[in-house]
Amino acid sequence: MTRLDELRGSGKAKRHNARTIAALTGNPGCNRRAVLDTAGVDKLRLAEAVGFPGSFGQSRFALSRGNAFEAMLKADDCALLRSVLGAGDAQLDYQDLGADSDDTLSDRHSRTAALLAAAEAALIDHPLLTLQVGGQTVYLEPDLVAYAHQGRLQVVEIKSFAIVDGQADSAKVSAAAVQAATYVLALRQLLERLGMDPLLVDHEVVLVCPENFAMTPVAVRVDVRKQLATLRRQLSRLASVGAIVDALPAGVTFDLNRSPEELVAALGHVEPRYAPECLSTCELSMFCRHEAAGTTGALGRPVREALGGIPTVGEVLALASGSQAPTPEQEEAAALLRQALRLRSEALAEGAS
Amino acid sequence: MSTLTALARAQAVATGRAQPIATVRHLHVHDHPMVLVPLAMAGEANAPLAALAGTDPAAPRLLVVTQPRDRDERFRFADHLGRILISYVDSFADLTEDVPVDRGKDVRTRYADAPQLWVPNPGGEDFLRLLGRSTRFRAVDGEHPVPATVPLLGRWLTFLANSAEVPGSSLLLNAVQALGTHWATGQSSAEDAQLGVLLAWIEEGAAAARAVENGPVAGPATDPEFDNRVLAPLIERQAPELPEVLRELMLPTWERMWRVLGLLRRLPAGERVAQRWGGDKDAYTAFARYVAEGGAPQPRRDGAVAAAARLQRLESAAARYAVQRAFDDPLILAEYRLAGAAFAGTVTLAAPDRIDDSGKRPVLRPRIMVRTSETVRVEPGTSLTSPSRPGQKARVVSVSPVAGSGEFDVLLELSGGMGRKLVAEPGSVPAVGERVVLTTLSEEFRRSGALPDVSETPWTHGGPPVFEEPAPARGGPAGLVSTPGGSAGQPDE
Repeated sequence: MTRLDELRGSGKAKRHNARTIAALTGNPGCNRRAVLDTAGVDKLRLAEAVGFPGSFGQSRFALSRGNAFEAMLKADDCALLRSVLGAGDAQLDYQDLGADSDDTLSDRHSRTAALLAAAEAALIDHPLLTLQVGGQTVYLEPDLVAYAHQGRLQVVEIKSFAIVDGQADSAKVSAAAVQAATYVLALRQLLERLGMDPLLVDHEVVLVCPENFAMTPVAVRVDVRKQLATLRRQLSRLASVGAIVDALPAGVTFDLNRSPEELVAALGHVEPRYAPECLSTCELSMFCRHEAAGTTGALGRPVREALGGIPTVGEVLALASGSQAPTPEQEEAAALLRQALRLRSEALAEGAS
Repeated sequence: MSTLTALARAQAVATGRAQPIATVRHLHVHDHPMVLVPLAMAGEANAPLAALAGTDPAAPRLLVVTQPRDRDERFRFADHLGRILISYVDSFADLTEDVPVDRGKDVRTRYADAPQLWVPNPGGEDFLRLLGRSTRFRAVDGEHPVPATVPLLGRWLTFLANSAEVPGSSLLLNAVQALGTHWATGQSSAEDAQLGVLLAWIEEGAAAARAVENGPVAGPATDPEFDNRVLAPLIERQAPELPEVLRELMLPTWERMWRVLGLLRRLPAGERVAQRWGGDKDAYTAFARYVAEGGAPQPRRDGAVAAAARLQRLESAAARYAVQRAFDDPLILAEYRLAGAAFAGTVTLAAPDRIDDSGKRPVLRPRIMVRTSETVRVEPGTSLTSPSRPGQKARVVSVSPVAGSGEFDVLLELSGGMGRKLVAEPGSVPAVGERVVLTTLSEEFRRSGALPDVSETPWTHGGPPVFEEPAPARGGPAGLVSTPGGSAGQPDE
């Protein structure tokens, strides 16, 4: 049993997917999330156990539409997918590597590797990839098709949000692009390990979405070079999780069978970095928000920056009113805050008169 | 985020109450607005699920699509909403007023009032924009005819959604942004996006806000839990109580919308709000006439020239809105003072009758000296304006530090806004002892750049648009950005 297994306790390990990696890189300074994700802790149940349940469900309607769209594309040996990719005539194999259980993961990964290495022209569904995250190898369960043609590999992502008049919800497109970039990176790492040229994986991914208000698919290419660069930088910056785990006191565990008090104490050993963005991406965010009450960071990064980076609200107000003397590094921020408070009070008095 | 607003958020955290960030109201609140609370079906591309709509707080009209994937039902919804919205917008197309133009030499006529539609949040506006897109090209004859109100609804929704992008326009407003312009809460802007929570912060404070956090959402997206546990079973068995369940879900938001309007009405309107609403009346008048003449639906995408012109309009509206808010509201002006784009001081010397006779004709050029303790970041030669005398320019002659006090003496030469004689009208020149604020902001009209005629669109921008819908490209992935063109063909569904 490794230290990570001890941290997780009796629960089954949660697997990484592109979404969790995207969230991780979205807040690379959060050691708490890095440790919990690396250990595969079920954060949703952990949040419930410590009394801050979140709701991260997905609507049945959204799921069924997504599934229907994907099924439609993959029906008849992927006839529609082939036509929308413009690969109608080529002799294209379709291979579904399918889902499987935990104990056959490495087997599926080697089948993926073999297939990808040999593929001349093929659509490879549900490949199992790996990625190095914070010094750990994590399995990626991508919901993607790798499209091999003319000696190159392209990531194909099927998404059910609509592209209307060539435009789509920018938040959804950028989320899809970050996810796709994760796959591109994982594929490139795989090719590298196989002694092949990683640049065979195209930096342009194909997004297949419904067009306008019907279910007609449309394929668009998205260049993810920018997302790739960000991802690489943030993955390299992610503090080595191993070092953090090793630094934890013996006996610390997030085993869900422990009492809430013990779990809260255990969480206290790993430094979080709460930001309001966590609310939509991390299951534990309500707990961290509660902890972060009274900090300027809990109001959002722009607010914290506008307040000169002073960490707590209490200190901001004390510096602004002059009741607390600033340290030398706080001088500049304090002068700004004093001036701001004076102007604000003056204008409010003037407005009221 | 300006430091002043951030400070207000910090104060809100400390006091547990939302703090004002404006001393006047910066938007027009109509005496008879229409409120619309839309709900969308999850997963679908802008399929409506339900809506509460109307102009009477006591009598919201309920619209429901009981089978969201049924095309006919969707169009019945659009038809119903269209009848409500169109009768509302048309109700302003009777009384007219005359506005002087060309310095009073002429008049032009416009409708004396315009409609105002309120939705809960920016998501509601996006929903209406897409609903407009999906309905405005519909044909009333042919293979899949729809009632005539449907494409008409699409045109009006598109017009309103486009207006909502113009800074300072009050034709389509959302409650979350309207509140956020006037109050700062002690939470992040991500949390402010939930109307119920934001309003609770303002009305009752932090504790009340936390309590309603898990309350019903304000749409247009529904809560996945609600979808799975309540909505899906009801739709599956075609339950007759579905409309009532949806009404119950939307009713709290409906009531909050009217409370938001009440809160905003209690703030005094900024001086320049009426002027901006005049612009909205002009826009409404022009579009109502265009529709009455049977104008074509707005294109799916603007052509290059139209897009550039629109961008220019939006930019100048944004600049004008920023200046007007600062001139109307000392609290907004304070942000410019903090940033060094404005300063307040006291007049210490004044020469109100000073004449400059160095030119062909003598001109009235009074000079004043202003002493300020605020940082002055302006160069000599810069033109400044005082919000209390917007028609007057003050050119900076010199800025000199006052020895030993940390203060500055700013010498200014005034022009304009003092009458036509060589003696200044009484009160038009600030007197000694008067407190003035001077800023680099100016309300002066800036002429926009000239754009070529559509038929002269340069090749760099795709050349003159071709008014034919190209056959949909098949067989290969297309780029995400399609070629611009002002084509307004039939939609494909």
